Amino acid sequence: MQAVRGYFRSPPAVIGLVLLLLVIAMAATADWLFPRDPLSLAGRPLVWPFQNSRFWLGTDNSGRDIAAQIFHGARISLLIGLVATAIAILIGIVVGAVAGYYGGTVDTILMRVAEAFQTLPNFLLLLVLVVVFGSTLATVTIAIGIVSWPAPARLTRAEFLSLRNREFVQAGRTLGMRDIRLIFGEILPNALPPVIVYASVVMAVAILLESALAFLRLSDPNVASWGNLIGLGRDVLRVQWYVSAIPGIAILVTVLAVSLVGQGLNDALNPRLKGR
Amino acid sequence: MTGPVLTLDRLGVRLPPGADRSHALQDVSLAIQPGEILCVVGESGSGKSMTANAVMRLLPVGVAIDGGRVLFEGRDLAVLPEAEMRAVRGAGVAMIFQEPMTALNPLRTIGDQIGEMFGIHADLPRQQVATRVRALLEEVRIPDPERAARAYPHELSGGQRQRAMIAMALALDPRVLIADEPTTALDVTTQAQILALIRDLQRRKGTGVLFITHDFGVVAEIADRVAVMQHGRVVEEGPAAEILQRPQHPYTRQLIAAVPPLRAPPPRPLAEDAVLTIRNLSKTYRTGGFLGRGARVTHAVRDVSLRLPRGGTLGIVGESGSGKSTLARCIVRLIDPDQGSVELGGADLAHLSRAEMRRQTRHIQMVFQDPFGSLNPRRRAGELVAQGPMVHGASRADAMARARALFQLVGLDPASVDRFPHEFSGGQRQRIGLARALALEPQVLVADEPVSALDVSVQAQVLALLADLRARLGISMVFITHDLRVAAQICDLVAVMKDGEVVEEGPVARVFGDPQHPYTRALLDSIPGRGFGAGA
Repeated sequence: MQAVRGYFRSPPAVIGLVLLLLVIAMAATADWLFPRDPLSLAGRPLVWPFQNSRFWLGTDNSGRDIAAQIFHGARISLLIGLVATAIAILIGIVVGAVAGYYGGTVDTILMRVAEAFQTLPNFLLLLVLVVVFGSTLATVTIAIGIVSWPAPARLTRAEFLSLRNREFVQAGRTLGMRDIRLIFGEILPNALPPVIVYASVVMAVAILLESALAFLRLSDPNVASWGNLIGLGRDVLRVQWYVSAIPGIAILVTVLAVSLVGQGLNDALNPRLKGR
Repeated sequence: MTGPVLTLDRLGVRLPPGADRSHALQDVSLAIQPGEILCVVGESGSGKSMTANAVMRLLPVGVAIDGGRVLFEGRDLAVLPEAEMRAVRGAGVAMIFQEPMTALNPLRTIGDQIGEMFGIHADLPRQQVATRVRALLEEVRIPDPERAARAYPHELSGGQRQRAMIAMALALDPRVLIADEPTTALDVTTQAQILALIRDLQRRKGTGVLFITHDFGVVAEIADRVAVMQHGRVVEEGPAAEILQRPQHPYTRQLIAAVPPLRAPPPRPLAEDAVLTIRNLSKTYRTGGFLGRGARVTHAVRDVSLRLPRGGTLGIVGESGSGKSTLARCIVRLIDPDQGSVELGGADLAHLSRAEMRRQTRHIQMVFQDPFGSLNPRRRAGELVAQGPMVHGASRADAMARARALFQLVGLDPASVDRFPHEFSGGQRQRIGLARALALEPQVLVADEPVSALDVSVQAQVLALLADLRARLGISMVFITHDLRVAAQICDLVAVMKDGEVVEEGPVARVFGDPQHPYTRALLDSIPGRGFGAGA
C-alpha cells in the first residue's frame, strides 16, 4: 500500500503510467476503430497526414492506412515486449537462482555461459537466430527473449548470493525444507522486486530490438508492426518522412512509458531511497 | 576548574511527524563535571544515543533540537552556527562509536586518520604530526604503535581498532568525550581492557565523559554518576552507588532486577542417559593457497566431545571466533563437519545423507540469534510456524491450528497469526522463532545466542519463557551464548570454548564457582560489574 502511494507521488512515474495506458488503449480499441485488415490497400499511396479525413495519419507507399497500422502495431509491440520479457526473465530467474543458491562449480559454469551470451552483441546474435530459424512472429519473439536473459540472471544471482546466508533461509533448512522450496518459496519472493523493476528495461529493449529487425526487413512481414512501417518508410524517407516518423514516435512514446514506469516502481519499491 | 563542563538544560529533540512519538528527547537536563564519568543508561528507543547525537548536532534528517540549551564553554551548542560547531566537534567535544570498523575509513591507514585530526583543527608540520600520532597510539597502549600507525583498519583486531578510535578522539585533548556504546561490539575480555583504558585516560586528563550504555554491568564498572532514561526522559539521576544499590524509580528497579545474577540457581537433578552425544567433532576451514601451498587453515571446531543429558541444558560459552556458533551449526548439519559424530536417538546426524537429515530435523531444531533476520519478511507469522509441520506432511489446517496453540504457549496472541514479522517487536519475534522450532516437537533445541539481540528486560522474559517451556515440555537444550550471566541462569552444564576447543566443562555452579582453566578465570574476571547483581 505504501509502495502504491509512493509511486503516485512521483510525477514522471504517473506520466509514464498514463502513456502506457494510452498505448494499451490503442491496442485494445484497434479492432473496433479499424475493423479492416490494416495491411489491406485502403486508398491512394502516400497521402500526407491531415489531408484526407479517412486517413488522418495518411497512407504509406502502398496505400495502406497508417493510423490503422499504428493501432494494430501497438498490439504487436506490446505482445512482443511482454512475451520476450517473460521468456528472458523466466530463464534469467531460474539460471540466476540456481547459480546464486548453489555457488561453486554450478555457478561458475552458468555464469560462463551467461558471459558467452553477453560478449556477443545482442543484436548480432538476434540476427543469426532469425536468419537460421526464420522470421515469423513467434521465432522473432522467442529469439529476442533468448538474447536478453543474461542481465536478469546476473541480477537474480546477486540477490541470491546475499539472501542465501540469511538466518531465515537457514531456519528453513533446519525445518527440513528441500532446496527447490527454499529457492522458490523462501528466497525468490525476497529477491524479486529489483528483477521486476529490471523487467521494464528488458521490455523497452525488446520493443526496440523488434523495430530494428523490422527496419532491416528481417521481422515477420505478415503482421502490422511499427518496425515494419519504419522499414517501408525507408524508401521514401527524404520526401514522405512521416511514414517512418509516425511509427518512430509511437515507439519512442512506448519505450519512454515503460522506462518511466520501471523507474517509478524502482523508487517506490526500494526503501533505501525513501525520503529523498 | 569549577562548574560543569557540559550542561544539557531541558533539551528537547523533535522527531518527524509519523514517528512513534512526537519527541525523541523531552526536558533532558544533565550536567557533566570535569573528570567525571556520567553513564546514560536505558533500553533501545530510550533516546540515549539521540542525547549523544544532539550534543554533537549530528541528528538525522527531519530530527531537530526544538527546545532547551546545550552549554559548553559558555556557548550554547544548540544554536551555534554550523561553521563554529565544526570547530567544537573533535577538538572540544569528541566522540567514539560502537562499531570501530564502520567508524574508520577502510581505505586509509590508522596513522593517517589520527593525523587528520591535527590537519583539521591545528596547523602542525608533518613531522610533528607523526610524533604526536605515535605518542597517542602509545598512550592507548596499542601493541607495536609503529606498525599500527601504518596499518589499515581491517588489519587490526576489534579491540585495537577501538583503541585507535580512542586515540583519535583524544588527539586534541577534548574537554568532553562522548562514548556511544563503545564496548558493545567487543568481546568481554577486550571490553574489560577498553573500559580500564577509558577510565585511566579520563582520570589523567580530567576529561568529562558522557558514556552511553545499555549494560548495567558496565555502569557498575565505570560510572561516577548515572542517569536512567526511558521514552526520551531522564527518570532518575544520581551517584552510581546510590542508583545501583537503592534505585528509587520503578523503571530503574525493573531494569536492575532484569540483570541476570552471575550466581547459578540451585542445580536441577539431571537424567543419567544422554539424548545427544557429540564425539570428536571437527571442522576445519581452508582458504586460498594453490595445490596445498600457502593455504590458511582455521580450526573452527577441534575434536569436541560433549554429552547432553535428557532434559538438561548444556551451555556453550566463549568469545567471538571461539567456534561455538560453528559447533551449533555442525550439530544441526547447517555445516557438514569433517570428522566425528553427533548421535541423537540412535542416528549419527553427522553422517546422514541430505534426505535422511531432512527427516531427522523433526527431532532437533534451532533457534537463531537475530529476531529480524531469522523470519522471512514476506510470510505471515502463523505461516512461519506452520511451515515445519507442513514440510513434514501435516495438512495446512492442522498446521495452522498447531501454530495458534503454539502462539498461546509462547505468550503471543493467537489472533496475531495473520500479521507479518515486521509488525512484532524484537522480543515477540524471538517468541515466533521459538514457536517455529517447537512446532515439530523436537527432543533437542539448539539455541544460538537467542537473547543476545534483546533488551535486558525482554531478555529476562524470554529466558523465563525458555526455562518454563523446558520444564513443561521436557526439552533438552544446547544453549550458545557469549554472556556468562545468561549462561549461569539457564544452563545446567557449561562448556567453555576457546579457539575451537573445549577448555573446561562441567556443572555450571562448579565451573563458574571454581574455575580450573586460566581462560575460564580470565573470562569470569572480565565480566563488567562482577560483584554487581551477585546478591540479587
